[in-house]
Amino acid sequence: MTPMLETQDVARHFDVSRPLIQRLLAREGRRTLRAVDGVSFAIPKGSTLSLVGESGCGKSTVARLVVGLYPPTRGRVLFDGQDLAAARADRRQRSRMQMIFQDPYASLNPRWRVADIIAEPIRAFGLIEGRAAQMERVGELLTQVGLSPLDGQKYPHEFSGGQRQRISIARALSSNPEFLVCDEPTSALDVSVQAQILNLMKELQARLGLTYLFISHNLAVVRQVSDRIGVMYLGRLVELAPAETLFTTPRHPYTRALMEAIPDLEMTGRARTPVGGEVPSPISPPSGCAFHPRCPLANARCKAEAPRMLPAGEAQVACHAVEEGRAAA
Amino acid sequence: MSLLEVKNLRVEFPTRRGTLVALDDVSFAIAPGEVLGVVGESGAGKSMTGAAIIGLLEPPGRIAGGQILLEGRRIDNLPYEQMRRIRGREIGAIFQDPLTTLNPLYTVGRQLVETMTTHLPIGPGEARERAIGWLEQVGIPAARERIDSYPHEFSGGMRQRVVIALALCAEPKLIVADEPTTALDVSIQAQVIALLKRLAREKGTAMMLVTHDMGVIAETADRVAVMYAGRIAEIGPVREVVKHANHPYSQGLMASIPPLDRRVERLQQIEGAMPRLSAIPKGCAYNPRCPHAFDRCQTERPDLMPAGRTEAACWLHAEGSAR
Amino acid sequence: MRAFFDSDLWWSFTRSPVTVLSAVTAFVCIAGAVFAPWLAPHNPFDLASLQLLDAFKPPAWSAEGDLAYPLGTDDQGRDVLSAIMYGARVSLLVGFAAVAFSTLLGVTLGLLAGYLGGKVDALLMRIADIQLTFPGILVALLVDGIVRAALPRDVHDQIAVFVVIFAIGISNWPQFARTVRGSTLVERNKEYVQAARVIGLSPLRIMVSHVLPNVMSPVLVIATLSLGFAILAEATLSFLGVGVPPTQPSLGTLIRIGNDFLFSGEWWITIFPGVALIVMVLSVNLLGDWLRDALNPKLR
Repeated sequence: MTPMLETQDVARHFDVSRPLIQRLLAREGRRTLRAVDGVSFAIPKGSTLSLVGESGCGKSTVARLVVGLYPPTRGRVLFDGQDLAAARADRRQRSRMQMIFQDPYASLNPRWRVADIIAEPIRAFGLIEGRAAQMERVGELLTQVGLSPLDGQKYPHEFSGGQRQRISIARALSSNPEFLVCDEPTSALDVSVQAQILNLMKELQARLGLTYLFISHNLAVVRQVSDRIGVMYLGRLVELAPAETLFTTPRHPYTRALMEAIPDLEMTGRARTPVGGEVPSPISPPSGCAFHPRCPLANARCKAEAPRMLPAGEAQVACHAVEEGRAAA
Repeated sequence: MSLLEVKNLRVEFPTRRGTLVALDDVSFAIAPGEVLGVVGESGAGKSMTGAAIIGLLEPPGRIAGGQILLEGRRIDNLPYEQMRRIRGREIGAIFQDPLTTLNPLYTVGRQLVETMTTHLPIGPGEARERAIGWLEQVGIPAARERIDSYPHEFSGGMRQRVVIALALCAEPKLIVADEPTTALDVSIQAQVIALLKRLAREKGTAMMLVTHDMGVIAETADRVAVMYAGRIAEIGPVREVVKHANHPYSQGLMASIPPLDRRVERLQQIEGAMPRLSAIPKGCAYNPRCPHAFDRCQTERPDLMPAGRTEAACWLHAEGSAR
Repeated sequence: MRAFFDSDLWWSFTRSPVTVLSAVTAFVCIAGAVFAPWLAPHNPFDLASLQLLDAFKPPAWSAEGDLAYPLGTDDQGRDVLSAIMYGARVSLLVGFAAVAFSTLLGVTLGLLAGYLGGKVDALLMRIADIQLTFPGILVALLVDGIVRAALPRDVHDQIAVFVVIFAIGISNWPQFARTVRGSTLVERNKEYVQAARVIGLSPLRIMVSHVLPNVMSPVLVIATLSLGFAILAEATLSFLGVGVPPTQPSLGTLIRIGNDFLFSGEWWITIFPGVALIVMVLSVNLLGDWLRDALNPKLR
């Protein structure tokens, strides 16, 4: 079956050069930020792929690439087998994809009533004619996300963060999409509200057969929602594996470091050795494998040659040490 | 004796629609060398408790009742100038955003040196040597070369280390840290937590650690206070609160944290949302969301009372109450 | 309407006596000007009613004053108070129209520059920068001069008021454009705009229905403050004799005419229009200042 979404070596570079005059004065060339630099994955219909990584790893850029907010610098994005640009040009195809954002305070237009916010995709795609019928649908959607149809008459500022995220979800569902891109949908929420939203998203997926691309920095959250997980570091995937495999046998040294770094709620008292150093700038990434300056297993080859994604068990890993069998746990 | 004692603290915000009570009857103590974690959802009052202690409540908020004692001496009613001396010398503050603490116009070294010469009986020469020592201690590589850099020349994680050095360099007895690691990535967060923990141990500094991240609390704190709608719902040893919470809110809070070590089909959630300050329910503020609420919860506000190995503000634990 | 009286804006208004006073003053000025034909004691343009015998009457409270002319009369025997009321009409008309024109132009160009970015942005903002290096009044003078030179005299007289409106309006658009561009840059990156882009709405529709309503608060402030500038600019142009034609004297024209008599002792002919101008501009500016503070959450 055709995957819902497929990316083939997709990259997105940003020109972050300073203005021409300053560049001439400082005698420096153009500077390119390689936010995403060659990422390939596929999401089968009805499943959830999560991308995890630290800030600046390019996961949010991937989210914006696959809904067409940025055109790719290189590579291809296929939506249900069709090139994304072509799919975006077709109103019917476009209505099949929607996005949920991180900040519940910025993702709703503060000057619009909630009912109009939710009805906007319905109107834009011409799905339902007539205000009465549209409002009826809005009421249904509000009920579906656990709010009251009467809430439609209010403005966003009258709601809490969790309720706003529900409104965001209702807006995304209003065009009957099949594919939802969720960019850190719970990271701005309190933990008890996060549980509500994650449960709601799982329910909706089961009921409506949705496909999710889920972006998060929180591994514990990702474990609860994903079928497959991709770990990103400096614009590239370093490991892509079925969710359970990733947690039981993490292979890439960065994946391991990331799991090691999470504070231990179980208080087993295990001594953690936090990974040293910091994420380098994506404007001047290290040579070879971008993780080598922080990697305990790095050798000369890692400094010189960028690793490719190779199969390792059920996973795919981009690491020379794993390939050579140096990474035995 | 406790280093810091907060007794029945009440903070009010007068607004045009009436006075909002942001903190109500908050009492706790921190011993020297102890780390008290303060957790709760946004708006529960955890950051405001910290702000009240360091005397930096955002106007029009004001302390309307209760006392804050540092080594037995009241500090909640001191004039601004005296409080400013205490802040820095005796209480160090670390905030979520390092840029609010660092002056962008001065080098990191100058800020450290000025803090030390103001508060400690040492000259600028020695202060500079100590500043380099502090930067090394908080894990800034090549501290001797980087001491004359400006804050913007450091990355986010490094800047937060500088802030920690700045908060510690005058050797305060108490550190109030408000979400010190929230803006940082997990790998950096782990480094900063380890650092804070080590320094508190080594220097015997007491710490109030405000955060919404239970993982950070579990790793760092000795005791933890769970706040809800401006009051302390439960306070006790961290292990007890995390593993055997006695207040239904703390139980719900702990249960709703997604586990890292397994996948669950449905996370436990607390229905509804925390009430706004303008609409705090009568009786126990948690009663509309509480699965165990009974008549008394709707009429009478519970104070902290012994419950298992912690103290909880919950009628389920009152003497002779029906469980 | 009830929502308005319940709003923070209204509350902060009632808490500021200076603002209430300015609002009342501005209201009186505007009402006096708009309803001049019904309120003014005389019609200064009705040549038939002018009595040359009544020329140079001092204000009513001085010894030779006449109660029929509360603020005295000018060299033609025109009632100064009535002339001020009719003059304020012209001043306010030009002021409001010029502000409306620069708001329309500035907001449109600012939205385009901020939302589209790139070359459009660079071009528009450089033009705005260059224009901002000249004082607004100089730009207005220049525009007025060019139009005056380009059009035959009789045509120019007919459209003189519109020329002044255009000249003042064009001199003030960069302020609006720059502010709107700045706010647009902020709003454009907010997630609600991205959500609209994911749906595939056209840039025009996003600008008009999403961005525009969210950048209007600062525009309201600048528009209020600009009204003071526009009235003053018109007065300056008229004072210099290049503004509205003398057949429709504005406050600036009155001040210029009266200026000739200042040193011969008939001070009231120029001082009273001047005071009226100051009171009007001051009250409008105080309102603008309050609005800026009330709408800016950082200053609260």
